[in-house]
Amino acid sequence: MGGRPSRSPARSPLPHLRPIAPGLGEPQAEVEETLKRIQSHKGVIGNMVVNAEGIPIRTTLDNSTTVQYAGLLHQLTTKARSTVRDIDPQNDLTFLRIRSKKHEIMVAPDKEYLLIVIQNPCE
Amino acid sequence: MQMQLLDRFPGTPAPSNPRSRPMETGRWPGGAPHPTPSLSSAMEIVYVYVKKRSEFGKQCNFSDRQAELNIDIPPNPELAEQFVERNPVDTGVQCSVSMSEHEANTERFEMETRGVNHVEGGWPKDVNPLELEQTIRFRKKVEKDENYINAIMQLGSIMEHCIKQNNAIDIYQEYFDDEEAAEMMDEAPSAKTINVFRDPQDIKRTATHLSWHPDGNRKLAVAYSCLDFQRAPAGMSSDSYIWDLENPNKPELALKEAASLCPLLPTPVLPFTPSCYAPAPACWDTRKGSLVAELSTIEFSHRDPVYGTIWLQSKTGTECFSASTDGQVMWWDIRKISEPTEVVVMDITRKEQLENALGAISLEFESTLPTKFMVGTEQGIVISCNRKAKTSAEKIVCTFSGHHGPIYALQRNPFYPKNFLTVGDWTARIWSEDSRESSIMWTKYHMAYLTDGAWSPMRPAVFFTTKMDGTLDIWDFVLKQCDPALSLKVCDEALFCLRVQDNGCFIACGSQLGTTTLLEVSQGLSTLQRNEKNIASSMFERETRREKILEARHREMRLKEKGKAEGKDDDQRDEELVSDLQAMVGAAEQEFFDIIYTELKKKEADAMKRKPKIQERVAEDQEAEGDEDTLEAEGAEEET
Repeated sequence: MGGRPSRSPARSPLPHLRPIAPGLGEPQAEVEETLKRIQSHKGVIGNMVVNAEGIPIRTTLDNSTTVQYAGLLHQLTTKARSTVRDIDPQNDLTFLRIRSKKHEIMVAPDKEYLLIVIQNPCE
Repeated sequence: MQMQLLDRFPGTPAPSNPRSRPMETGRWPGGAPHPTPSLSSAMEIVYVYVKKRSEFGKQCNFSDRQAELNIDIPPNPELAEQFVERNPVDTGVQCSVSMSEHEANTERFEMETRGVNHVEGGWPKDVNPLELEQTIRFRKKVEKDENYINAIMQLGSIMEHCIKQNNAIDIYQEYFDDEEAAEMMDEAPSAKTINVFRDPQDIKRTATHLSWHPDGNRKLAVAYSCLDFQRAPAGMSSDSYIWDLENPNKPELALKEAASLCPLLPTPVLPFTPSCYAPAPACWDTRKGSLVAELSTIEFSHRDPVYGTIWLQSKTGTECFSASTDGQVMWWDIRKISEPTEVVVMDITRKEQLENALGAISLEFESTLPTKFMVGTEQGIVISCNRKAKTSAEKIVCTFSGHHGPIYALQRNPFYPKNFLTVGDWTARIWSEDSRESSIMWTKYHMAYLTDGAWSPMRPAVFFTTKMDGTLDIWDFVLKQCDPALSLKVCDEALFCLRVQDNGCFIACGSQLGTTTLLEVSQGLSTLQRNEKNIASSMFERETRREKILEARHREMRLKEKGKAEGKDDDQRDEELVSDLQAMVGAAEQEFFDIIYTELKKKEADAMKRKPKIQERVAEDQEAEGDEDTLEAEGAEEET
């Protein structure tokens, strides 16, 4: 009986990101799929995941832009969160949206990570 | 057992607390004797009551009873002997919290703008951010973390929701574009100070002239000088400054040796040019730095301080002209500034005599009327000149006199160039080119000299004036004619100059101590109101017509007098008749209406009289008949 054909590792578009290793597939695949889905939405320019120290973990933009966004938005999110909690300690920041002339920056904060998406909303 | 509770038990120390005196009413165990208050010693009041031992500890049952006078201490006038009456009393006896008002002004806060350079950081110590392998390894490690996976899943769903929301509907769309902005008609005029630019020099000089930068209006050039004739103290700096509005602490550029009275004028093409208190106009190029770029020669330039310069609208953008109190107006070309291209002498007798010339203090030039210009003189006369006249004598077209002192400001109305504003002595006057004998509108005589004035570039009926007592007046003659619409005290010292920005919102005024204040005017004063142009033009026309009529009358009267003196009565009478016909008709109409009015009033009064007087019917009837007769007569009159 033939064994199950081994699953070839999926090719990731960005070489420096680790390809999905077989065996650890499922949750990782979901993460990848989620991020890809987000990227494929209409108007989305780029997205990135930043950790609590401001280090970009994953990104679809170039390095210098990523670093800039990561550093600046991380500080802004911290400030926004502290503002919300100062006003009402039982409250917490769930989402941060910055609308500018050219596009909208959306930040979804978590305890340890930040998901940042830059979208050009349809006008 | 009855106990007598005394205020003081014999043998026990008296209670120190005076409140422990028992003053309650207890229940009297059946007709116990009243307590007898006794004045034992001077201030001691004793209150005694009796209670059965078995009733100790019982609850208190309160009952009402009549008020009883316990103590009555009548006033003892003999004690007054120990005091002396004090009248008046200067001690306050108000029982309230004493408070004081205190103002605090913070010190000026110096700010500097700095930038920050972002460098990648945040990496843990063992990871070198420049090494790709290490960073990749770190990232892989993080991605394996379960927390990471959960977090991303959760955040992803939230994020998607928002993205889809954005794509579904634009929540920031302008929905009511078509509606016009609400008109702010009811807002009271107001102005507020935005910024103050102080002369950084220790020895304070007067800010004599201001100019806005033509593009962007973010820079202001201020010229400083000492106005006391030759009394400038040693060590007074002769720099003028260009200020950036964002930075009031430090001037952006200093123009050396530019102690000028006169405008630092920005050119449409080139950078600024001022002219000096010294008679030679000079030119600075802000691109080159702060030293003089060009300087005219003393032999050919003015002999007295130059008080006015204006750039001309020419193809090369390098022409300007200047006026000074020596009575000359000179035209210059910047490229060849050593010699004036043209000179006109302000001699109103048209004889070109410099000795008779009037000293010029202000200049006016409107680019829409390129051949005409006006000069305001020290003697209070405005001279209107034509540049293109063939002979020099014809250059002076006409004069307008009316001020008692030097005319410090002269400006045409940007909407109606036939009318211009002059500011001098204690009034501001508006003139029309048509009426040469007097101004058509003028303000009342103020308590302080007026030093500068300007029209608002956005509203034809608004103009600004500054006074020697430090107030800035904003006049709106559509709103109020006798007083300024808004009068602001800008500073304690005298204000010397004023300049309105092109959008009509910002005004800069310079004071005697070199402080330039930037004010913002309320929207109502800087946006064109509905119908304002029509109202302003009709007001100008009406006043001009009135002045013309008065002029005509004056002329007739003068002619009449001349006629009487020379004995030519007939001619004058004919003329008078012709012109008086109009007046007579007017007077006749007026009389007619007056008569009608008085009769109507009488009728009403009589009608009132008839109603209350019932008793005097007979007399009334007679009166009524009499009235009717007169009424009929009047009616007949009216009909005719």
